[in-house]
Amino acid sequence: MDDPIKQSVEKALYAMNLKAAISLHSALIAILTAAFFLPIVLGFWQTLLPSFGYLPVLGVSKFEFQAWQDLVTEPGFASSLSLTLFTGFASTVLASLLTFSICAMIQNRIGKFATEKLLATFLATPHAAVAIGLAFLFAPSGFFSRLITSWTTEWQQPPDIITINDDRGISLIITLIAKEVPFLLFVTLSALNHIPTQKFMAVGHALGYGRAQIWISIIIPQIYPLIRLSLFIVLAFSLSVIDMAIIVGPSNPPTLSVLSLQWFYDPDPLSLKLATAAAILQTLIIVGAVIIWHAMERIVTLAGRWWIRKGQRDNISDYLMRLLAALAVILLACSTLALISLIIWSVAWRWPFPDVTPLSWSLQSWTYVLNSKLNILFNSVVIAACTSLISLFFAIAWLEWPKFESPSIRIIVFGVIILPLFIPQIAFLFGLHILFLSSGFSASLISVCWAHSLFVFPYIILTLSDSWRSLDKRYIRSAASLGASRLKILARVKLPMLLRPLLISAAIGFSVSMGLYLPSLVIGEGRIPTVTTEAVALATGADRRLQSVYALLQALFPMIIFFAALLIPRIVYAERAYLRGVRL
Amino acid sequence: MKKLELSHVTIRLRNSAHPLIDDLSLVALSGEVTLIMGPSGIGKSTLLDFIGGHLDPAFLARGSVKIGELDITYMEPERRRVGIMFQDDLLFPHLSVGENLLFGLRSDLNKATDRQALIEDALSRADLAGFANRDPASLSGGQRARVTLLRTLLAKPHALLLDEPFAKLDKHLRTDVRSFVFEHAIAEKLPILMVTHDETDAAAAGGKVFILHETSR
Repeated sequence: MDDPIKQSVEKALYAMNLKAAISLHSALIAILTAAFFLPIVLGFWQTLLPSFGYLPVLGVSKFEFQAWQDLVTEPGFASSLSLTLFTGFASTVLASLLTFSICAMIQNRIGKFATEKLLATFLATPHAAVAIGLAFLFAPSGFFSRLITSWTTEWQQPPDIITINDDRGISLIITLIAKEVPFLLFVTLSALNHIPTQKFMAVGHALGYGRAQIWISIIIPQIYPLIRLSLFIVLAFSLSVIDMAIIVGPSNPPTLSVLSLQWFYDPDPLSLKLATAAAILQTLIIVGAVIIWHAMERIVTLAGRWWIRKGQRDNISDYLMRLLAALAVILLACSTLALISLIIWSVAWRWPFPDVTPLSWSLQSWTYVLNSKLNILFNSVVIAACTSLISLFFAIAWLEWPKFESPSIRIIVFGVIILPLFIPQIAFLFGLHILFLSSGFSASLISVCWAHSLFVFPYIILTLSDSWRSLDKRYIRSAASLGASRLKILARVKLPMLLRPLLISAAIGFSVSMGLYLPSLVIGEGRIPTVTTEAVALATGADRRLQSVYALLQALFPMIIFFAALLIPRIVYAERAYLRGVRL
Repeated sequence: MKKLELSHVTIRLRNSAHPLIDDLSLVALSGEVTLIMGPSGIGKSTLLDFIGGHLDPAFLARGSVKIGELDITYMEPERRRVGIMFQDDLLFPHLSVGENLLFGLRSDLNKATDRQALIEDALSRADLAGFANRDPASLSGGQRARVTLLRTLLAKPHALLLDEPFAKLDKHLRTDVRSFVFEHAIAEKLPILMVTHDETDAAAAGGKVFILHETSR
């Protein structure tokens, strides 16, 4: 059995396996490119052309800067631009400050499961639902105004002040922060698993530093590289958000993204040029914003180093951090109240202004939606379930496949995967839709599912790859040395050990899909209504009951999935101490 | 059983001309513990990775590994029949103690239908009777080390690699676990290659010692 023939067979088999693996790998890259990368590039191209005057549908195809000139001279353009920049930057900076502060305050103080349950609730609630709920609280006729009235004033009419939809975009900023803090908390808490926080805290305290100062000078510098990408995603998202900006953002002028959307749906076909120019401009804004953020990082680092070198032990940072953490808690409390107010509104019947509680109750809104609009709910749930499962499958295939390409190519591929989270949705979805129309496809559940997976797949990759990589490789080596094949190792060791992160990333994918607005609207051509498109469409109207029902339905299903994702590993691994909630 | 033989093994980082391990040849005889010693970072664990088939793609290796006359240099790790024990026990945390052993127990080599009985038998030989349904996390360090060895041996390896397996155990436990591991592995007449820092390991092993030095630049 030890003859040279057998050895050469071994060698050939090894080479064949390698070849097969490489060709399967190329196939996977080809599929990913065809399904994810090409559509984005083509869609972007189809948006770029009209902005420079090339619009064959209207019989114009002359290279010109007319659209850009029109855009810049459009009344309100300047304030729309500065509004976009202000809301985008302010919300991202504040959201990250609040996140760091709250992390510093709860680290090692609050039980892990409590944090998780709380986080899951907020993570599961889609953007539009948060915006609608917060609008109910802060509107002149909202809950807070009613509370004030019942105690102090004699308002019989809602006060004539502007709270939500304010011209400065303050309410948009607050709403964005309320939604982004939970996401950043999730990312930061995961990053904290990578460093021995408690030891660093002990060392720092022993050197005479307070909690906040240890965080700023020791902990944050270590975890920042791990959460940087997520901050960029939040920044890009905040600069191009649409659904929230429609619901709570200013309207005269609105942010650039809303302006662009309005032009896209303007009956005058020449508005299309303006719309595409505004969409391309948003892409440039995001590129510029990332560069500016980079410069800000440099400045903060320099200032931080100077501060660290001084060796000064101060209390001010502790007070400041406590203040910020308190603000964050107030904000999260408002989000919770917002959810409660949605529940109350959905079952309220008569609820005239100064009253703090409804006069009469009714389930009519629920029965109406559940009886005659069940198809909308069905669409949303089916799309979210299919999208998250398919994306999870591809994510596992992608992470599991042996990597043959060089590290630099790997970074490019990763960049391509997360590209949809950086380009404004509006800058390629309409172009993509034009391609769809010209190639004869029509809106269907399948095309909407695919459009959703452009966004769900990168989120799943982002949330899963960290856990995937940090699984101790020696487990895999041990299993291989025990004679287990790759497939057996995947099925019996990796997937079971990663059950929790797998379920959580699937839940994140589900809630992302459930909350997507523009992809459903544009690729679905309005013929595939989802709870999110309905909620946003109704948000500008007056029927708070129906708005609440749709907003709650948006939040309800992701919440169920999230709690299942947290609960299932606890049940399956009830007898396995090591796997009970090792990491979020 | 057969010997484990390395011939002219050279390992270097892909982007470096300087070899980590330069033209190393050695023979580990069956039923003997052969030691590899040397300062940290000298490439001891990398060498074991190479033998087990787990070498990181960042490294390039030349030379061959044989068990008896069979050249395993290019084999898939799972087909090499090379058992390995690390510093940490690496019992799969999602499986019970018994399931961990069943995962190791080869179905093609143990035709017995009663796999469970084999497991119970192995456990009782290790003074762990009745532990099959326990969560690995509930075991003491010494117990976990013993289960890990059982799991490795149930896969019927042709050679055993030990990567500082006792380093994390306290002095008293170390002696116990070490004699348990050596006793059982030697009884199976396996060639055993052990990487260690600990002089007492060397004294207890009593086999040949190879000392890796900084390769000259």
